[in-house]
Amino acid sequence: MQASVIVFPGSNCDRDVAVCVEAAMGKAPLMAWHGDATLPKSDLIVLPGGFSYGDYLRCGSMAANSPIMREVVAQAEKGAAVLGICNGFQVLTECGLLPGVLMQNKGLNFVCRNTRLTVTNNKTAFTTQYMADEEIIVPVAHNEGNYFADDDTLKQLQDEDRIAFTYAAGDNPNGACLDIAGICDKAGRIVGMMPHPERRAETALGGEDGKRMFTGIVEALS
Amino acid sequence: MKATIHITLKNGVLDPQGKAIENALGQLGFNGVDDVRQGKLIEVNLSETDPAKAEAALTDMCEKLLANTVIENYHIHLDSE
Repeated sequence: MQASVIVFPGSNCDRDVAVCVEAAMGKAPLMAWHGDATLPKSDLIVLPGGFSYGDYLRCGSMAANSPIMREVVAQAEKGAAVLGICNGFQVLTECGLLPGVLMQNKGLNFVCRNTRLTVTNNKTAFTTQYMADEEIIVPVAHNEGNYFADDDTLKQLQDEDRIAFTYAAGDNPNGACLDIAGICDKAGRIVGMMPHPERRAETALGGEDGKRMFTGIVEALS
Repeated sequence: MKATIHITLKNGVLDPQGKAIENALGQLGFNGVDDVRQGKLIEVNLSETDPAKAEAALTDMCEKLLANTVIENYHIHLDSE
């Protein structure tokens, strides 16, 4: 199995997520630079959190148009599993692999805290090690996590069971439509989420709730 | 050829920054200010001299990068000298 972590200028969770992937896979992932025009064939591609390109223009918009993303999109369309965390989720919406957009938080503040999440879909390639509707704790750290899509898109996401995570009742940190914390594509192989599973993947970090995202995808791909 | 592009949030899309500005204006005593919306203005200098071709190129730029049409509208204005 080959895993790759894409590194953009301004990414700051790339090494944390690489540690999680390595722990789950037993092998270090490839770290791929944004300017690379080619990407070795990868079964798993992770777009990490951070502030790619300084969040210029719109969060994720510059990264979505970087050379490496053409390769990521091409491999995703051929079935590679893709996980976008926080800024990575913003990149996934900007490049069109996932619908909608992450807008500025409703409260206008950067929010950095633990959130209670409900695993609303435990059948995606990343969430099979969670129970249906299991409540887990995963931290968020973002200024633009307010998921927005038009009503037709939201209905489609519901009808196709593509909402992977929601913030538990009363714990929506950013005003996201339908309390959406993460969504997936039709096949459940591309997942974007605002919370950071890699920041809660060891007991030393306060809990292991996020770890099963990584062990789950490795199990699914093995 | 110079062009200016206004990017604005679509109607119905929440604009918390606009709301904050509206509240601040009210606190400064500017009464009667209603529904403030914040957008972006981008200036572009093009070597293209044909207005129709310039407009077509700018539209392509807006669709591909400058605006996110899920939430934003764009208006292109070509500056005649």
